This record gives sequence, structure tokens and C-alpha cells, in this order.
Amino acid sequence: MYAQMVQSTGKGLQDRKEMSPEDQAFQDRIDRGEKIEPKDYMPDAYRKTLIRQIGQHAHSEIVGQLPEGNWITRAPTLERKANLLAKVQDEAGHGLYLYCAAETLGVSRDELVEMLHSERMKYSSIFNYPTLTWADMGAVGWLVDGAAIMNQVPLQRTSYGPYARAMVRICKEESFHQRQGYHIMIKMAKEGTADQKRMAQDALNRFWYPALMMFGPSDKESVHSAQSMAWKIKINTNDELRQKFVDETVPQAEFLGLTIPDENLRWNDETGHYEFSEPDWSEFFEVISGNGPCNVERLNARRKAWDDGAWVREAMLAHARKSQKRAQAAE
Amino acid sequence: MTHENEWPLWEVFIRGQHGMSHRHVGSLHAADAEHAIRNARDVYTRRNEGVSIWVVEAAKITASSPSDKGPLFDPARDKVYRHPTFYDIPEEVGKM
Ligand SMILES: [Fe+2]
Ligand SMILES: [Fe+2]
Repeated sequence: MYAQMVQSTGKGLQDRKEMSPEDQAFQDRIDRGEKIEPKDYMPDAYRKTLIRQIGQHAHSEIVGQLPEGNWITRAPTLERKANLLAKVQDEAGHGLYLYCAAETLGVSRDELVEMLHSERMKYSSIFNYPTLTWADMGAVGWLVDGAAIMNQVPLQRTSYGPYARAMVRICKEESFHQRQGYHIMIKMAKEGTADQKRMAQDALNRFWYPALMMFGPSDKESVHSAQSMAWKIKINTNDELRQKFVDETVPQAEFLGLTIPDENLRWNDETGHYEFSEPDWSEFFEVISGNGPCNVERLNARRKAWDDGAWVREAMLAHARKSQKRAQAAE
Repeated sequence: MTHENEWPLWEVFIRGQHGMSHRHVGSLHAADAEHAIRNARDVYTRRNEGVSIWVVEAAKITASSPSDKGPLFDPARDKVYRHPTFYDIPEEVGKM
């Protein structure tokens, strides 16, 4: 998802017998549904895994502003421009809520930013695809935010208090994102000209499989998932969420009169679910390890923003320190 | 693990339209208090969530520690006589 490839530090699910008494008591608290708060005892591996997961999630919100920011100045109407600006501003807010949640685990903001810029921390693969036409703003809101919601709703129940509370705020804001995207798709695919319909179909064609990749590879073989689920920092498997996304999205595409680019897509009456093709996982691994179409561009944009802003950060801090000294001298 | 050139962390409290008190909503980094208020307005009140903002430097907050939960809060548990329902008042007295 926004944290697609979180490696836990352990070697899979830890056996209760191997746990220290503190770790057993900790697991019991989680099993009882209690929230873990920053000052509470927690195993080192829980802390480290969470820093990675929340950090990846935060970075995704921040980098995720770039593909949409690309269209703010070229939105077709003033209203659409205001909508998109508000949406992108929300994403900045989401990043900030999540950075704060990660910081309660003992990592600093600067360290997190530095790890993103030096590629020691990842962000979601989805944001390494280009946004070529205005229809992509529709597809991103509808599919990318739609997939994000699917993942974030259960995370409101995650065991770590600050993360759960950040998720509650984020989920409240997220549904506007998906609806504004779908609204763009309605305008183009249902009410638009032939060219606009083509653009909408093309956007769906390009974003469908990358959206499916957002849930991460199948976790059947993953040793990390079981531990994360025991800790309740992962609530559903990647495959469960992907299936749920497909089941909800296919009828929405039908309403738009658009075709999901998958010849194998069909409803299965017995299972009550759609059957669908897996995305190309080799492409996913390429993109997540830095070789997607826009990885270099995205990271350079983040580094440039950070470097260009350095003098502002320094000047504001210097000013604050100076005013504080003056106030103290006047006392 | 904080970097010395990082803006300090502030905790943000907001009182909503019909709220009786300020509630903690989250935290943010800012150079000073005034800057923290401005950032809090952008980060935490984009949808009319508040009519008043408080910011407090996180380092200045003293919090009770989780291990003190027992000694701090258990003594209140067995003092049922602090609640009105402890006292039986005859019905003929009426509502009290
Ligand atoms: Fe978001
Ligand atoms: Fe969003």
C-alpha cells in the first residue's frame, strides 16, 4: 500500500515461548485491543517496524503531491483548480500527521527526510508514474485515493495510538479526494466529447495495474506479514484488500462506460468476487527499487524543495532564537 | 535523536465551534509560538474545525508515566461515595 514493502526486523512470527516476560505482557495488551502509547514498553522490533511503516506512509503522502501538483496550474476551470489545490494541500497535511506519529517513536523529522532523500526509505510505487493528461487527475483521485482508503480505513484500528489517531483524521479527509476524482471521470467519460472519453479510458488503462500494485505483492510467502498482523499494525492481507478494491471499482467503471484493461476480468458467482489478472510484479519490483518512469524526477523534486527551503528554515530559527534572547534580556 | 537545527516540536490544542474545552489534535514543528499558531491553522483547521488554537512547546509538557498508572489512579477506584448514586434518598423527598 502506501507502505508496500515494510520489512519487519524479526524473522517472521515470534513464538510466545521465545518471548521475554515483558514481550508476552506487551502481546497480551495488543490481543486485548489496548492501544500502545509512546511512553509504554514496546519491543525494539515493533518500534523499528513501525518507524519504517509510518515513515513510508508519510513519504508517500508528501511525494504523492507531485503528480497532481503537476496539473494545478493547468486545471481546466478555476473551480477544478481550487478543488485540486485543496486536495494536494490535504496530502501535505497527511504527511505531517504521519511524520509526527513516527516522531513519537524516537526518530526525528530531519532523519526521516534524510532517509527519503538518500533512498534508505521508500514511498509508494504509484507516484513514480507520470500524469500525462487532465484525465489522469480523475483516475488518480478515483483509483489511487480509492485504493488508499481501502488500506487506511482498517488502520484506524491499528495498535499504536498515535498512528491510529492520525489515520482517523486522514480517513475523514480522504473521501473528498476520491469523489472529486470520480467527478472528473464522470464529466469526461459520461458527459464529455469523444476525445475526452478516449482520454478517460487511456488514463484508466495506464493507472489500473499500478493501482493494483499499491496493495503490495501477495503476502502468501511473506514472513513479515504474520508478525505485523500479530502486532496489529497490519490488519488485512494485501490480497484481501486488492480483491476488495477490484470488487468495488469494477461497477464504478461500468457506470462510467469505461473498460477495465483486463481480458480475464469476470464475475464469479460462487465466490461472490471478481476474478482478475495480477499486475506485472517484475515491473513493480523495478519501480519500487528506483527504476520506474519518474523515480529520479520525484526524488530530485523533493531534494530541491528541501535544499531551496534551507535558508528559510535557518533564518526562521535564527530569528526565533534572537527574539527569545531579547525577551529574556528585557525581563 | 533530535537535530539541533530542527524547529522545535509543538503540541496543538483546538476548541471547536461547540466544544467545551481545547482538545489535543496533534503536533507540528515551528520556529516559535506565533509560527506554530500559523502552521496549526493550516495543518489542523482546514475544514472549520476550530475557533481557538493553543500551542505548547512539547518539551515543556510534563506527563504522568504509564508505570505510575496504578499508584496514581487506583486510589480513586474504591471511593464510590464520591458519586451521587452512593446515597439513597427516600422517594418521598422527590428529585434531588
Ligand atoms: Fe492522503
Ligand atoms: Fe488522498
